[in-house]
Order: sequence, then C-alpha cells, then structure tokens
Amino acid sequence: MRYLPHSEAERADMLGVIGVPNVDALFSAVPAQALKSFDLGLPAHSPEFLVEAHMRALAGQNHAGSDGPFFVGAGAYRHHVPATVDHLIQRSEWLTAYTPYQPEISQGTLQMLFEFQTQVAKLTGMDVANASLYDGSTGTAEAVLMARRLTKRNKIVLSGGLHPHYRDVVRAYLKDDADLECLSASPEGQGDILDHIDDQTAAIVVQTPDFYGHLRNIKAAADAAHAKGALLIVVITEVVSLGLLEAPGALGADIVVAEGQSIGNALNFGGPYLGLLATRKEFIRQMPGRICGETVDAEGQRGFVLTLSTREQHIRREKATSNICTNSGLCALAFSIHMALLGEAGFTRLARLNHANACKLADALESVPGVEVLNKTFFNEMTIRTPQPAAALIERLARRGILGGVPVSRLEPKDHSVGNLIVLAATELTTDEDIAALSSALAEELA
Amino acid sequence: MSMNNQGRPTGTGTSGFASTSGSALLPNEPLLFEIGDTEHSGVDLPDATITNARLGGFERKTALDLAGLTEPEAMRHYVRLSRLNHSIDSGMYPLGSCTMKHNPRLNEKMARLPGFADIHPLQPVSTVQGALKLMNELSHWLMTLTNTSAVALTPKAGAHGELLGMMAIKAAQDAAGQSHRRIVLVPESAHGTNPATAAFLGYSVKSIPARSDGTVDVQAVKDALSPDVAAIMLTNPNTCGLFEPQVIEIAKAVHDAGAFFYCDGANFNAIMGVVRPGDLGIDAMHINLHKTFSTPHGGGGPGAGPVVLSAALAPFAPVPFVRKGSNGLELVEHEQDQALGRITAFQGQMGMYVRALTYMLSHGGDGLAQAAQDAVLNANYIKARLGQVFSVPFPDYPTMHEALFDDSFLTGTGVTTLDFAKALIDEGFHPMTMYFPLVVHGAMLIEPTESESKQTLDRFCDVMEELALDAKAGNATRFTAAPMKAPRRRLDETRAARSPILKWERPTETLKAAE
Repeated sequence: MRYLPHSEAERADMLGVIGVPNVDALFSAVPAQALKSFDLGLPAHSPEFLVEAHMRALAGQNHAGSDGPFFVGAGAYRHHVPATVDHLIQRSEWLTAYTPYQPEISQGTLQMLFEFQTQVAKLTGMDVANASLYDGSTGTAEAVLMARRLTKRNKIVLSGGLHPHYRDVVRAYLKDDADLECLSASPEGQGDILDHIDDQTAAIVVQTPDFYGHLRNIKAAADAAHAKGALLIVVITEVVSLGLLEAPGALGADIVVAEGQSIGNALNFGGPYLGLLATRKEFIRQMPGRICGETVDAEGQRGFVLTLSTREQHIRREKATSNICTNSGLCALAFSIHMALLGEAGFTRLARLNHANACKLADALESVPGVEVLNKTFFNEMTIRTPQPAAALIERLARRGILGGVPVSRLEPKDHSVGNLIVLAATELTTDEDIAALSSALAEELA
Repeated sequence: MSMNNQGRPTGTGTSGFASTSGSALLPNEPLLFEIGDTEHSGVDLPDATITNARLGGFERKTALDLAGLTEPEAMRHYVRLSRLNHSIDSGMYPLGSCTMKHNPRLNEKMARLPGFADIHPLQPVSTVQGALKLMNELSHWLMTLTNTSAVALTPKAGAHGELLGMMAIKAAQDAAGQSHRRIVLVPESAHGTNPATAAFLGYSVKSIPARSDGTVDVQAVKDALSPDVAAIMLTNPNTCGLFEPQVIEIAKAVHDAGAFFYCDGANFNAIMGVVRPGDLGIDAMHINLHKTFSTPHGGGGPGAGPVVLSAALAPFAPVPFVRKGSNGLELVEHEQDQALGRITAFQGQMGMYVRALTYMLSHGGDGLAQAAQDAVLNANYIKARLGQVFSVPFPDYPTMHEALFDDSFLTGTGVTTLDFAKALIDEGFHPMTMYFPLVVHGAMLIEPTESESKQTLDRFCDVMEELALDAKAGNATRFTAAPMKAPRRRLDETRAARSPILKWERPTETLKAAE
C-alpha cells in the first residue's frame, strides 16, 4: 500500500507506546455490532498501472472535445488553456496547500486571491469581488439571498433568459417561496422583466449574454430596478464576453455573478468550476464567501489575510451570511494565471476571436435550408430553430462525430415551444472546417 | 513614479511595499499589477477581423485595465508566490478536523485524461457513457463503505452537502405533512457549518450540551426531542476526536421521535472500511472527498461533498443522478415527484470524482480500512507521547483520528494558545487547529492522518515537548514574537477588517479617492 508509510514493526512499536495489544482496542468505543461486522466486497488495493488502465478504459468511452467539431456551450465553454496554467496549478505549494487561515505561511495563496479579486473587480466594473464561490449557479442563489438581506424585501424576479439550471438552483434554495417569480423562457430575446418590478421587489436577475445568446440591455434594467428601490443582479455565464461587452458595473449593476470556468479551467463534465461575485463597496458586509484583504505584518511589510470573517459560519455560526465554508481556490488560481497571461491586450483579442467565429457560424447556419437563427445580437453563442425536434437531430449529428450544440428541450422538458431549438457556441477553438462540417451535416440531416 | 525590481513603473497605492526582493528562498513578490501592464501578453492570438459585428451597441467603452505578463514573467511570478505557501507536500499539517493527507499524483494525471477533462456536461449522454460509469462506480464505493441506499454526488463541498442533506430532510418532512418540525438539534461541539446550514433553511437551532467526557448524552438528546424537532446534526467521530459510544441509541431516540439523523461526515477518515455509518442509523451524511478521499485542498477548494442517504431519504435526492436505462446508463436531469430539484448547474465536481475513485481503486477496500486504522493509530500515538506534557481533557476513551489537548499547561506562562501554535511555524509545522471545538477551553486539536511516518510523528512530538518546556521555562518571547522564520511576521488582522483594502488601486485612483 504505497500511500501508507508504516511497516508492521513500526505499527507494533507504536501500539506498545500507546499501551494496547492491537489496533482493535483503539476502536473500543464503537458498539460491537457495528465494528467490522461485514464484508465490504470491494476490490483489494491495486498497483498504479492497473488503476490507470481502468481509468483510461472509462475515459476512452467518452467523446472528448478534441475528437471532432464541437459547438456545445450553454453555460460551459471549451476554450484553450495555456500549458503554463496547468503546470503552475500542479505545483505542490498551490495544489496541496490548505485554506490560508495561517497567513504567515500562506502569502502565496493570499496574494493570488488579492490579485484575483482585483481582476474580477476590473472585469465586471464593480468596486469589490470576493475570493470566489463554488460556481455561477450557486453564486446566483447566494446573490439573490444577499439582495434580500440588503433590501429587507423578499420578491425576486428571474428573467426568462436566465440559464434554466441557474433558475432551478435558485428555486431549490428558495423552496416553496411565493416571492420568487420565474418568467417563462424567452428564446427570441424578448424581455418583459421591467413590468414585473414593484416596490416589494428585492432584486431582478438578468443574464447577458442570456441563455439563448442574446445581449440584454443592462442599463435599462438597472434604471427600472433602481426606480423602485430594487437591486439588479447581472449573471454572466461566458466571462470572455467581458472582453468586448461593456462592464455591468458601468451600466448600473448592483451585484454581478459570473461563471469563471472559461478562463483557465477545463470543461470537466461540469465541475469543478468557479463562481465570481462582485458588488458595490457599500454592500461588502452582506457579501457571502471568503474575502482577502491587504494589511501589514509586525515589521510593517505588506501582507494579506482573509478578512471580514465576522460574516462567516466559523465565527457567526447560525447568524452567518451563508453556510459557505470553502471557495474554489485552485480554479481561481487557474483563472488568475490565465488572465495574467492574457492581460488586457490578449483578453480583448480572445473576445474578438470568439465573436468573429460566432459571426461566421451564424452566417453559415443562416444559409442551411430550414434553419433559422433567432439572434440579432450575440457574443459567441446563438439559438437556432430547426424544422425537426432538436434532441434527435443532435443525437444524429453526434453519431457523425459532430457535437452540434445543446437541444433546449434537455433543460426545458416541460416547455413544448422550445422542442426545435438548439443553442450553439463558437470559441477561439472553432475552425472554418468545423463550421463547414456542421453546416453540411445539418443540411444533409434536414434534407 | 517609482520603478520596481522588474524595471517597470510601480504603483504606490498600497502600503508598505518592500523595496527589496527578499532573500533567494523567501521572495518578496510584487503584485501582478506592479509587474505587468496592459500591453504585455503571454498568449499569442491572431487579431480577428469582424466585418459585421452583432454586439447591438453594447460594446465596452470603459477600459479593462488588466495587467498582462509574458510567459516567462508569469512563470516566475507564480513560482515565487508559491514558495510563500506551506503545503502538505512540504510539511505536516496537524490540523484537526481537516484531514490533510497525501494527495497522490496519479489522481491528477487521471483527471486530466481528455476523456474526463475535455467533455462537456451537456453533450449527448450517448457520448459520455464512460463518465456515467465512473459516477456509478464512485456511488457504489460510497454506498458500500457507508451501507446506505443512495448517494447524491452533486454537492460542491462539505457545507453544500450539509445543505443538501438538510434540504432532503425538509422535503421528506414536507411530503409527510410534518412541516411544523422547525427545530434542529446541534451539539455544542459541532462545526460552525452545522448551525449555519440549519439556520440557512429557516430552522431554529437548539444546542445540546456535551457531557464531561466529551460525548453526547443520549438522555440530553431525548430531553431535547419533541414533535417539533426535524433532525439532529451530529458529527461522528465527533470534533473532540471521540466515537460517540451511544450513537445507536441516539439514532433510535431520534427516529422514535419522528426526526432524522444527519451525520456530519467530516471525520469519516477515522472509520472508513471499519464502521459503516448506515449500521449506526444515520439518514444522511456528507463525505468530503477532499478530506477522506485525497482530492487536493488547492489552497481552499474546490472541494466535493457527496451525500449518502438512507432508504427513507433516497426518494428526495436532487437531480441529476445516473440510472440504468435500456440503452446503457442515463442521466436523470429533471425533478421526480417529491425530489428537491437541483442544487447546482450540471453534474457536480466530476474532476473530484475521478480523483476520488482513482484513490479508492489504488487503496482498495483493504487499504482504506488500513488507512483508517493507521490514522487512528497515529492520533493515539501522539496522544500517548504528548499526554504527559499536555493535558488531555477527555481521557476516558481512546481517541479516533485526532488528539485533543487543552492549553492549561500554558497557565501563567504569558503565552497564549495562538502564540504556541505560531511557534510551530518556526519549527516547520503548520499550526494545529486552535480554539476548536468550542466545548474545550483553549482547545488544541491535532489530526496527523495516516500519511505521516513514525519518524515525522516523533519529530513533531519532540518539537511539541520542547516548545512546552520552553514556554514553562519562561521564554515567552519565542512564542509571542513567532513566527520569525516565515515569509511574514504576524499580520494585523484588525487593521485589515477595520479599513478593508480588497483590491489593488492604481496610484492615481488612490489620489482621487483621498481628495
């Protein structure tokens, strides 16, 4: 057992020091009927090469993004991650460090988090950001609860353009809550949320680019919300869009939540991902999650610590702003390194490349007979209507080795109006050949 | 404007930036924004031509102002920063309740196979059968090790798992017309997340006092139970490192009162493969894959907190989950009858599932049991070696995976528990958990895990003894001034909280703000 350092002789020595005859004696508090009264029937320990063979066999049964043309988005995006990022995050000092509660020996993690918070604040145009949350969906639920604490109002309105999984997570967090209003899906980008704001509204939640790819008017939403004393929560699932689109902070957003996976983090079948949360300075004491701040040490040297912890569960217990205990540290590190490698110049070019490829994709899809592109605006993602049910069509494309997007019905099974809709994304990894392959395959399938 | 040691203009917006670069092995690293600028980039990307943009007039007008670094600069910045961290690969973390064990690199290698890392959560289920098989295998291991009926894999961390487990309990009681149950019992020794989770769901928290031997009294639980109690949240082994000897009676009393038993599984490492929590009567328990099953802590996440569920709670598991269908495995993504819905987008922490299963297969059922026994052996060895010098608040039972001491040996020395812990840093160890559990005054909780060799344990114990003797001998400065050999001396946390500086500001912005 390669991970266990003791020899049998050492175990015996240690039992002697403890003064017990065998290790079972150390489990004497366990009720007899519960102690090893069973045969687990699990396989025995295994050498590294056999474990690796088993895992490779499982991995081999999946179609990886690099195996063919790939247009799947809808909240998780396939981007290039520089080799430097993955090398650095595997360094022992990053990978195997604990939460930085002992700041004197955690300055690496803490300074990185301070840099990360600065990057997120700049990207979103907000005053402050936290040290990350689990992901964009749970971050949205946390933002909704934060808005309730801030306004002392209860009504929450979710736009019909919000990612359906995000909506479902907010629903689960606010189970049975009559004050939660979820507007029906708006695949055409139609917006009616402004009519649902009243003087009981704590916050409205608007995603841009929305689930269907449309760009939403954040300024108008902010003005309407503020006119009634409500807050605007802006959700962004594709953080690369901020390279080309105006920062929500500059348009009046009160809380910005984003999924940060696109920068530095692989698709990983859905996790681990990275929740970004940024807000106004005056709201920080109601912000959930860890926050890193600058201070000085006993010799006056600049240093960093986790701060404002009087909001958190380990201090406040049942009075905490959230039960959240962890952040998404290593994913935040990957994000921060990738963003540092990009810099403003690289990040802008990355966003332009995404948009350029999406424009090519939209134009190509528009020319496929029977296909209608629903978007007038988009960043790198769009919705098409096809003459056939989308789920079966996507399955047939997959059999041709093309992952052609997400049938909306997979996320909205009860809404029959979306049965023929597909959400597709292009990124910097999308090639002209990929687009041509998809267009001709679609044309053949629909012929 | 001053120049930094990279020869680039430096912001002066933050206080006390050291002008030296530190010694070779303890670098003072400037902030990314003090090294980089908006022109430099470490990524080569073509400048795309966009002829017919579809941005609808929402183009960015405000500057991004994001500093960039070329690849060699980035490599050096992050390598230098990393050297300011303690890590499990460089030294022991005797952190009670945190299970800082070795993180095998095979796990990392497997998680990066394109068939796991480069698959999308919403690509057709027919194209990810291997991923679903992996989730099924992991579920099988977790259910087998706990003797439970179901597992919800999706929680993103332990606290998220707690939330899910309590949501499932609430859903089950709502379905049974038991919505009036609004009280959750939480022993005093519990982790802070337990009462925070209960309160998050609108429950009122009723505290159960600990007995003088550090365990929970079944009679105290019985006295607190009423028709309004929804559940008890009990950690077992508990946060004092003790196995609750009356846990089966407690479970029975809780069930007899119509309530559920939520077990905080943070300490499962002590009993995996040796005791099955299902045999003790638990209804729900989260398992921290980043503690028990060796996925890396990563400087504070990402974690993963799957929750095992009893037969009574299984119907209330969240979506998604994997099920056998006519064409192989299928992913159930939408609400069934009474289920509580979805607590995260997509399928949860797949990257962690791969690492945890790799670890389980490496250890095997036999190795996991051996690891638990070694973890308990190591904790008892520390308790035996240090019990002469440090007082043991609960001597009646053998400890499980962690040894609890109190700070009474420091009385009159002028040294606090915190000082003592900081002195460990100068000896190359991460401090132990301090002032937790709350039931012990000046608690010092030490969890060595199974990963530490006898040699390391002996050195740790030697250092602890030597420090204790030195504190008693009146050498208070060694402690009150500690750490002295770390990258930073003690940091002013009060100042950080009183006037928060939460991001770097460009010098001009600072000047404007001061006006």
